[in-house]
Amino acid sequence: MTSGLLVEAATRVGALELAARVEVERGCLALAGPSGAGKTTLLRIAAGLLRPARGLVHCDGDVWLDTAAGADLPPERRRCGVVFQHYALFPHLSAHDNVAYGLRRLPRPERRRRAAELLERFGLAERAGARPRDLSGGERQRVALARALAPRPRALLLDEPLSALDARTRAGARRELASLLRGAGVPVLLVTHDFAEAAQLADEVAVLDTGRIVQRGAPAALALSPASAFVADFTGASVLVGMARPAPDGLTAVALEGGGEIASTDSATGPVAATVDPWEVAVAPADRPPGPTSARNRLSATVATVTPLGNRARVGLETPQPLTAELTGAAVRDLRLAPGDRVVATWKATATRLVAR
Amino acid sequence: MTSRRPGWFVAATVLGLAFALAFLFLPIVGILADVPPGELVSRLDDGTSLDALRLSLETTAISLGIIVAVGTPVACLLATRRFRGRALVETLLELPLVLPPAVAGIGLLAAFGPQGLLGSALDDAGLGIALTTGGVVAAQTFVASPFYLRQAQAAFGALDPALAEASRTLGAGEAATFGRVVVPGAAGGLVTGAALAWGRALGEFGATLIVAGSFRGISQTAPLAIFASFSSDFTAALALSAVLLAVSGALLLGVKLLTGEAAP
Repeated sequence: MTSGLLVEAATRVGALELAARVEVERGCLALAGPSGAGKTTLLRIAAGLLRPARGLVHCDGDVWLDTAAGADLPPERRRCGVVFQHYALFPHLSAHDNVAYGLRRLPRPERRRRAAELLERFGLAERAGARPRDLSGGERQRVALARALAPRPRALLLDEPLSALDARTRAGARRELASLLRGAGVPVLLVTHDFAEAAQLADEVAVLDTGRIVQRGAPAALALSPASAFVADFTGASVLVGMARPAPDGLTAVALEGGGEIASTDSATGPVAATVDPWEVAVAPADRPPGPTSARNRLSATVATVTPLGNRARVGLETPQPLTAELTGAAVRDLRLAPGDRVVATWKATATRLVAR
Repeated sequence: MTSRRPGWFVAATVLGLAFALAFLFLPIVGILADVPPGELVSRLDDGTSLDALRLSLETTAISLGIIVAVGTPVACLLATRRFRGRALVETLLELPLVLPPAVAGIGLLAAFGPQGLLGSALDDAGLGIALTTGGVVAAQTFVASPFYLRQAQAAFGALDPALAEASRTLGAGEAATFGRVVVPGAAGGLVTGAALAWGRALGEFGATLIVAGSFRGISQTAPLAIFASFSSDFTAALALSAVLLAVSGALLLGVKLLTGEAAP
């Protein structure tokens, strides 16, 4: 029996035929895919909120569900922390009481101490007495996380934890979430329909489409060699990390780890993750003089891989940070691109998204 | 922007409202204006009125207790579970809303009265309803329960199911979740329903008269006392009516304030 969390299910929910298996040992696995692919269904099965026709859920060697053996632990006995999509905070309880809700088995002083400690850690000490309706979106998300973590769960499940936030709040919340998930110490299953989010928060991504896992791997590997056109369209976003500082003309310059500098129209300072979609990246041979272009970002690179995908191809570049370009099959033929070639990758500063890290 | 509505239409609606207000309000004025308030209070001092009020309070408290204790889980079940025959069950539970009270009284006697289906068993257990205080409670519970059930069902139905699910994942079982999350979450609707059911139970007349008669201290609740005294002592009837009017008005106002505050 494996350590970590194993969820395997075959069931029918409405029009969806779900048949999927995921395993998370430690760290965070993102379940990514379009709406209706069965991501949330799989999460609910793991938590015990939905019972599949056939299925298996193990956590660190304990059986939570085994339909073949007739075993099915109710959600309250699984110790599985869940952050719901719209947080599902109890409206009649304060932030403190929401966090303390799962600590009923502790004696009162200990319960208070643990809740206060979590509120402090999530920067919510000042808001302990506030009801959910008086909290901001970001505060609600943090209360929901603190509440899920309070009883020291054995696995953590998050259902689109950032989708209820507005775009301004989301970047900050995503950064906090990333650092939190790194220190969670339990298997984390994260549902998202946003590949960039999955790439930044998770160690591995499993792409779910109409109830089936179509590919699974590290975010960069998925973007580099997608198993199908569907995964290629869904995964994109190479992630380049570096330090941001303000630059002239209102731009932000990012000095990349390992060398090179790029510009973005997003504003940020300090450590950032820059994302760019593969179809935004153009490739030219390094030995030809550059023509005039509006693209402000130019990075020297070495071609690492060329993966044909019908009439297009994914080209893996080392800048030295990995960067993925998506070109037409014709362009790859005309340029005779092959691993080891020296090239220049270019893309626009306006196509460069920055997220604080 | 000027209204294009023709003037006669506005005049007709205003006239309708004025008529409705006058029709509903004048009886209230009548009760309070006929006799000076001081005399109304003094007229309550006779034993019959006080006995009737006391009996009304006691019986409605018991009825309401039964309705809330049994109705709350039933309403939650109806609101959250889909099952075969649900519409039929709902119809049966709501039937007392439209059933004439006289029919309710006859039905209660036919089921639980001395010659009824379960009558002898109930009589042996000391729970006979014919001409007893128990019969008053049975009549009130029967006619008032749908008022609570409907409100409670709507309140439970409006609750986000993720709240109960969150509670379960945090280690609370089904019963604890019901008590700690579901009931508090539906509290506004539950209190409103209880207030409406109490008001209906307090005013219950026809079914009570048929089942339990009108005996002072046993089955003569306030409405029955009003009926008993109005031909002989109209002032006493007015005094009791004023008390019931005040209670009903306060109930309704309380509900309005509560639901107004509870609205998002």
